[in-house]
Amino acid sequence: MLEVRGIEAAYGSSQALFGVNVAVGEGQMVALLGRNGMGKTTTIRTLCGLMPARAGTLRFLGEDIGGLPAYRIARRGIGLVPEGRRCFPNLTVRENLLATARGEGWDRAAVARLFPRLEERAEQMARTLSGGEQQMLAIGRALMTNPRLLILDEATEGLAPVIRHEIWAAIAAVKARGQAILIVDKNLKDLLPLSDACVILEKGRSVWRGNPDDLAADADLQDRYLGL
Amino acid sequence: MIERSRETLVNAVLAGLLLAAPLVATLLDEPFYVSLASRVAILALAGVGLNLALGYGGMVSFGHAAFFGLGGYVAGIAAFHAFEGSAFLSWPVTIGGSDQLLVVWLVAALVTALAALAIGAISLRTSGVYFIMITLAFAQMIYYLAISIPAYGGEDGLAIYLRNQLPLADSSDPLVFFFLCYGLLLLALFLSARIVAAPFGMALQCARMNEVRLATSGIAPYPIKLTAFVISAVITGIAGALFADLNGFVGPSMLSWHRSGEIMIFVILGGVGRLFGPLAGAALFILLESFIGGFTDRWQLLLGAVLLGVVLFARGGVMGLLAGRARHD
Repeated sequence: MLEVRGIEAAYGSSQALFGVNVAVGEGQMVALLGRNGMGKTTTIRTLCGLMPARAGTLRFLGEDIGGLPAYRIARRGIGLVPEGRRCFPNLTVRENLLATARGEGWDRAAVARLFPRLEERAEQMARTLSGGEQQMLAIGRALMTNPRLLILDEATEGLAPVIRHEIWAAIAAVKARGQAILIVDKNLKDLLPLSDACVILEKGRSVWRGNPDDLAADADLQDRYLGL
Repeated sequence: MIERSRETLVNAVLAGLLLAAPLVATLLDEPFYVSLASRVAILALAGVGLNLALGYGGMVSFGHAAFFGLGGYVAGIAAFHAFEGSAFLSWPVTIGGSDQLLVVWLVAALVTALAALAIGAISLRTSGVYFIMITLAFAQMIYYLAISIPAYGGEDGLAIYLRNQLPLADSSDPLVFFFLCYGLLLLALFLSARIVAAPFGMALQCARMNEVRLATSGIAPYPIKLTAFVISAVITGIAGALFADLNGFVGPSMLSWHRSGEIMIFVILGGVGRLFGPLAGAALFILLESFIGGFTDRWQLLLGAVLLGVVLFARGGVMGLLAGRARHD
């Protein structure tokens, strides 16, 4: 459903992407991997329309989405959970979920089943939630727009292990409903078993694509592209 | 939840006080205080308009006097032509004046909506300090336009000899006119509350907090903000029409940047993004102006001190002090 070919992008005069290829199929979960600064977030920003692609093609559901404004891309069905647990701090949990909700499938009841804690805190300001709860809210908010493709940037970064566990369980549940997902995370142990394919970025290029088992088995590959 | 029910109580008390003041004044035969209460209601209404843009939408408009004044000039010009029996426009269609409040309000709403659509469409392409400056510039343009039209009084303004009328009530009765202003204020407050709680209002607040985040959720911020800006301007424009009828006069001072600043002060003094903030702010402002102003011409010195105090120590404004921490800060 998503086909990204040879995209290049730059922040002013400093080029960040030199040719990234990513493809996500219907119901698939694809992991976007790489060390810090290799272009993972830039790739996501580009395909959400937050940065222009200087070259390459962006196709989603068979249509070209390159150059469309961000809100149009979102309307086509790409839902983003941005890095850093971004909610709307001065709206309540309920308002955060409802403000941008559309479509059918994921509604408040479904999100409440996924994250019971959010329902308990429905009338609380988002800024008063813990980090983990804010990440749950960010995911819930994206799901409420009923995206065809859900993009998670740094899904569990900076969260306590017990919260991570909950988030991974939720991601697994979302995937089990047939949701296509593109995910960035550093936690290979949890990420790889859930993923259907992996793409590794190195200095703004996609350098490896394969299945997660091969990556999990190849210590050398991990060391070369993902090790610190 | 506790805080919010406390805010509801404070709101009810404020609304009750404003309603009680002119009734008591009428009993004591002090008509001055009836018109003072009307003034509070009207200026609060102007503030309620601005609050929608500034408080909820984060659009710091320094040009709302343009809409206030346009509303005022609609009332003034309509009354002028009705009084003279002359036509505002004689070609291609003849448009005469009107002394009917309902007509005046409708036209005032239309005119301010159109002006806000044009001003907002351009201004909202900028943000932050540029937005403040460009809204100020537009307001100044309209200010100088008003000064340069001698037919409508130019710098001297335009007197409204007979207050515009309503079909059933006698609008020249101070108390009746107060009820009109008060009713419109309550209507605007109700409308604001509904807008803010609706998905549109939530999206508007999202746009204030983070436009990119709103866009990646599939909602374009620009049309949301522009719509809110227009609604905000219309409310302020209606307040302007009432203000002209209250004073029996409309002049360029209604369009001046001092006026924009004043409306902003109501909002900030009362509490930015608080539903009843503009009412609290306008009431405090008028009280300071009329009572301290009775002792000394330097009352604005005290206003300055109060404003400084609010900005430094009570960022939620009067509402923040009375009803607890701001829900939206």
